[in-house]
Amino acid sequence: MALLQIEHLHKRFGALAATDNLSLQIHRGELHALIGPNGAGKTTLISLLSGSLQPDSGLIQFDGRNLLQFSEATRPRLGLVRSFQITSVFPEFSALENVTLVLQSQQGHSFRFWQVARNEFELRSKAKEYLKQVGLDQKSEIPAYALAHGQQRQLELAMALALKPKLLLLDEPMAGMGPEESLKVVELLQQLKGKITMLLIEHDMDAVFSVADRVSVLVYGHVIATSTPSEIRKNTEVCSAYLGEHEIPVAN
Amino acid sequence: MILLIEQLLNGLQFGVFLFLVSAGLTLIFGIMGVINLAHGSLYMVGAYAAAIGMQLTGSFWWGLMMALPAAAFTGWLVELVIIRQLYRRDHLDQVLATFGLILFLNELTTICFGRAPLFLSLPETLSISVEILPGLLYPLYRLLIIGTGLLLAFLLYLLISHTRVGMLLRAGTTHREMVEVLGVNLTLLNTGLFVLGALLAGFAGALAGPLISVEVGMGENVLILCFVCIVIGGLGSIRGALFGALLIGMVDTLGRAFLASGLRLILPLEFADSIGAALSSMSVYLLMALVLIFRPQGILPVLGRVR
Amino acid sequence: MLGVGFLLIGFPWFADWLDEPYLVSTASRIWIYALAAMSLNLLVGFAGLVSFGHSAYVGVGAYVVGILAWHQYEETNFLGLPGTLEGFISIPFAMIVSGIVALGIGSLCLRTRGIYFIMITLAFAQMLFYFFVSLEQYGGDDGLMMMAGRNKIPGLDLGEDRQMYWLSLVALGLVTWFLRRLSMSRFGMVLHALRQNETRLKAIGVPPYPYMLVAFVIAGALAGLSGALLTNHMEFVSPDFLHWTRSGDLLIMVILGGIGTWTGPILGAIVFLLLEEFLPLLFQEIGLYLFSEHWRLVFGPLLICIVLFAKGGLHALVFKQMKGVHGAFAN
Repeated sequence: MALLQIEHLHKRFGALAATDNLSLQIHRGELHALIGPNGAGKTTLISLLSGSLQPDSGLIQFDGRNLLQFSEATRPRLGLVRSFQITSVFPEFSALENVTLVLQSQQGHSFRFWQVARNEFELRSKAKEYLKQVGLDQKSEIPAYALAHGQQRQLELAMALALKPKLLLLDEPMAGMGPEESLKVVELLQQLKGKITMLLIEHDMDAVFSVADRVSVLVYGHVIATSTPSEIRKNTEVCSAYLGEHEIPVAN
Repeated sequence: MILLIEQLLNGLQFGVFLFLVSAGLTLIFGIMGVINLAHGSLYMVGAYAAAIGMQLTGSFWWGLMMALPAAAFTGWLVELVIIRQLYRRDHLDQVLATFGLILFLNELTTICFGRAPLFLSLPETLSISVEILPGLLYPLYRLLIIGTGLLLAFLLYLLISHTRVGMLLRAGTTHREMVEVLGVNLTLLNTGLFVLGALLAGFAGALAGPLISVEVGMGENVLILCFVCIVIGGLGSIRGALFGALLIGMVDTLGRAFLASGLRLILPLEFADSIGAALSSMSVYLLMALVLIFRPQGILPVLGRVR
Repeated sequence: MLGVGFLLIGFPWFADWLDEPYLVSTASRIWIYALAAMSLNLLVGFAGLVSFGHSAYVGVGAYVVGILAWHQYEETNFLGLPGTLEGFISIPFAMIVSGIVALGIGSLCLRTRGIYFIMITLAFAQMLFYFFVSLEQYGGDDGLMMMAGRNKIPGLDLGEDRQMYWLSLVALGLVTWFLRRLSMSRFGMVLHALRQNETRLKAIGVPPYPYMLVAFVIAGALAGLSGALLTNHMEFVSPDFLHWTRSGDLLIMVILGGIGTWTGPILGAIVFLLLEEFLPLLFQEIGLYLFSEHWRLVFGPLLICIVLFAKGGLHALVFKQMKGVHGAFAN
């Protein structure tokens, strides 16, 4: 059974159908990429999946449950975790505190008023491990706003991993990154492949085609094709949707 | 029954006042993104200008005429000196800065005119009552207020949604740079909008003069009610402001008139009286509480607007 | 730190030495307002919730003490229970009642955000103002006096201004310490995170609403404590305590002192009340009689300037640190 099953999803904004009869299946353990021209409705889809928007109609099944019953703040607890297109962390907290807060929330509620949070050694050492995994352990005490852009992305990833996600929604993780940093992210994604199911939304074609198991193409709020990367590259419909050419050029 | 209709009309008239003040407030916030606590002060300026004008010239009409430029000028000055600095600021800054402005304007008014309330009286021609229904005499002045207010509401609606100016204003909130690149002077447009809001508020103040006492602090009482109107009606739309204002006007007036006696029907006398007095002044806020429970986004929320 | 503590405790004797014993009364008032400002700081500075109706909870606490004292004096019952002048009952009860009112109002207000939230907190505070004005039995517009004097606390004689001063100072100290602990706890972490990035908080699975509500209730209860002390200090309570301009005053104190800092609200309260007290006198001394009566004429623009130009508040000025990244109240 698919981990994430989206069926006939609709979302309109006035006269614009941002999501138009969208159906998609994500299998367990796969890295599924979603590509499409600008304005295709990728951001809307993410919002619908994360819970910040409600669809007009349609079904979303996650891990056997009806996702639409769950509020935005409860979905991460089910294992549906998203990252943000524009880096979103807690700027005044240190990198370590950012991850520690995630682990704290995993333990249930945070209505503890007395214990000094900074002294919670166990939480902090676990948090350090996650930072290590993304290569930020040297920067653990630095406030998030002082980190370089790429490092903030890594921090976000560490926070996402700390949530022990079943499905990771990656919203353009390589946006604004140079080639070196992008490579690091691709490496990380390779490491995570198979262990965590991922839905990757990206414009960087090199990255997508080197790392994805399957690729879906989103055009005008509708998925027009789903297949392996090589098949998609040859698909003429997809090519014309993007470029009006016969093959999507990929630098190699 | 007659009493009911009379109170309904009073409610409508009060609602019209609230609308005239709310309209400026909601437009300025919805389109310019600035919350201006001192908007009530512009209402006060209008009332004082009308009162002074009437005392100087002896004519109510001249007083009314003086209120408009006074309010417009004050609005222009306020926008120039203070509001302009606040466009890019967060809400807390705007609230505190305009609060400081209220303190200043209230104090200035006290210095110029003293603490005693002023009174405006209506000219003979307007002091009559009209028989609108068999057995019901209703003051002409109040009817005129209702009519004028509704007319202005309609004109305002036309301005915002059907003219080029309105379109530019609406565009200016989300795409400031674009509009400027198109050669439109956004600063002028914003100033114009602010002055328009000030005119409406000042006009309302002048109209209110004969009906209530003109004193320092009158603006804030109205302002807070306007907040309730806007929350209920939805921020940023004329339609919402009108709906909210009329609703609040009705509920407040009818509540004060009938809630106490209504309670006497179901509760023992001493309870009814004490609770009745308390509740009748709170009826508007109770309504707001109900709206918040069942429809926190407001009754007529504006789609896609920035909160 | 300890030195400052000793100075503060020893202040009444200093005032006696200056032969200006009324200064003790002024100082008590400052500590009481500082407490209220501290409670507001929990909302504004830590959780990023700009409440423009905080004076309502001060007022509720104040009235609880006043009403209980009145019933005790009149020897009548309130809903079947006798009144009391016992501080150990009145003051905690004041906190409980204002906490409950904060729970009710907060649960409604917190359904909104941003500018709506500011407007609604203001509106509800106004509602409570009108409510207390309409209570004819308890003085209505004119307010209520504590005919039998201040609350009785075993071991203390609050009638003595000096002891009132020490009580206020100790209360402020305890509340500051409590809020510090709170800020460093897990709950505090969530509040800080809430102010910085609410969307992010939701994305890690933490629902903001329950935490905001609890913070609102705590702030309300502490404001009630401040109100209870205020009634005791003035031996009087009136609806003016709840007037919306008082809410504005509290916000000014918090901003003036520097949002989200520990000394901020205290510094803010000190400066605000000293200005209120001494600006008129100052103007009189230098011969500007117009301003001595109408000092708000200066105060208003002063406030505007501070908001526009001195964001860090006094705290930044005094300690020469600026808070790092803001976005404190950005939606």
